[in-house]
Amino acid sequence: MYVIVVGGGKVGFYLTQSLLSDGHEVLLIERDSAKVDSFNEQLGSVTIAGDGAEASTLAAAGAARADVVVAVTGEDEDNLVICQMAKQKFHVGRTIARVNNPKNEQLFRVLGIDVTVSQTNYILHIIEQAIPERSFVHLLSLTHGDLAIVEAKITDHSAVVHRSIGEISLPENTAISAISRGPRLIVPTPATELLPGDDIIALAHREQEDELRRLLV
Amino acid sequence: MGCGRVGARIAAILDHNRHQVTVVDIDSRSFRRLPADFSGDTIIGTGIDEDVLRSAGIERAGAFIAVTNGDNRNIMAAQVARLIFEVPEVVCRIYDPVREDSYRRLGLTTVCPTTTVSAIILDHVMRANEDSSHRPGGS
Repeated sequence: MYVIVVGGGKVGFYLTQSLLSDGHEVLLIERDSAKVDSFNEQLGSVTIAGDGAEASTLAAAGAARADVVVAVTGEDEDNLVICQMAKQKFHVGRTIARVNNPKNEQLFRVLGIDVTVSQTNYILHIIEQAIPERSFVHLLSLTHGDLAIVEAKITDHSAVVHRSIGEISLPENTAISAISRGPRLIVPTPATELLPGDDIIALAHREQEDELRRLLV
Repeated sequence: MGCGRVGARIAAILDHNRHQVTVVDIDSRSFRRLPADFSGDTIIGTGIDEDVLRSAGIERAGAFIAVTNGDNRNIMAAQVARLIFEVPEVVCRIYDPVREDSYRRLGLTTVCPTTTVSAIILDHVMRANEDSSHRPGGS
């Protein structure tokens, strides 16, 4: 697979290194030529100097035959235009943009970016998981189908405590996938009763996530 | 959006012609370029932020003009204005002719100073060239 990475910050550098070690063909585009020299010393000649939003730079990088373009600069407007130019001028099949301001995640999708990665949201969710006594935690966003994996803790006050899965009417587009009860992992059946202290792992469409939260917590 | 020389001038002219104008810029010092009798509003912030645009009253704006120094910032703000807020008239300055061409094709109203100014200068030079060739003794 041929991957073009734009933006040689920490994310761009380590992503390039990791893709290279997986055996992919990778080219990194970085604006600062001093950085380019240092990267080429460390990674071999895989970095070129240039502005990834300029068509001439993308053309020189061989964007026309790239399978994926990843824009991971620190500026959202640059990442947006890099991906749009890659799509519009070079018909790149898959564009991935880093979103620095979480507010822009939805906008980028409306504007045609295939995959958005919001590092702020990721860090937020990871920290949320590490804080004890949180009753409802967003574990992971799945870009595919706008799904989220969430974790909810059943307490004595939950509306669904001591009820069986079959009795609960779950919101549309949500499913309880597993129950973690002490050391045991339970694959739920309609007869499974929810007990205080149960950790529920559920799948939810993003739009139903809040509804599921209200039901379980 | 963008209170440089061009942005400040456009804002001043529109204000002078009794339009209601709000100028957005990330640097409050830029507003010094506005004339002393400017009666419009100024907002400090980036025009690629929907909340900043909302506080600038974009939901009832008849036109949105993106003239910061950054092509990509102008492009992103113009798309937000057009697609999210459905502003009837959106104009976007793009210095890079290739990017300008791409986004014009995508339906944005774009102005490219690079091609426009080059054409004007070339026109002057070519006319001067023609004049000198008609001059007696000219070659």
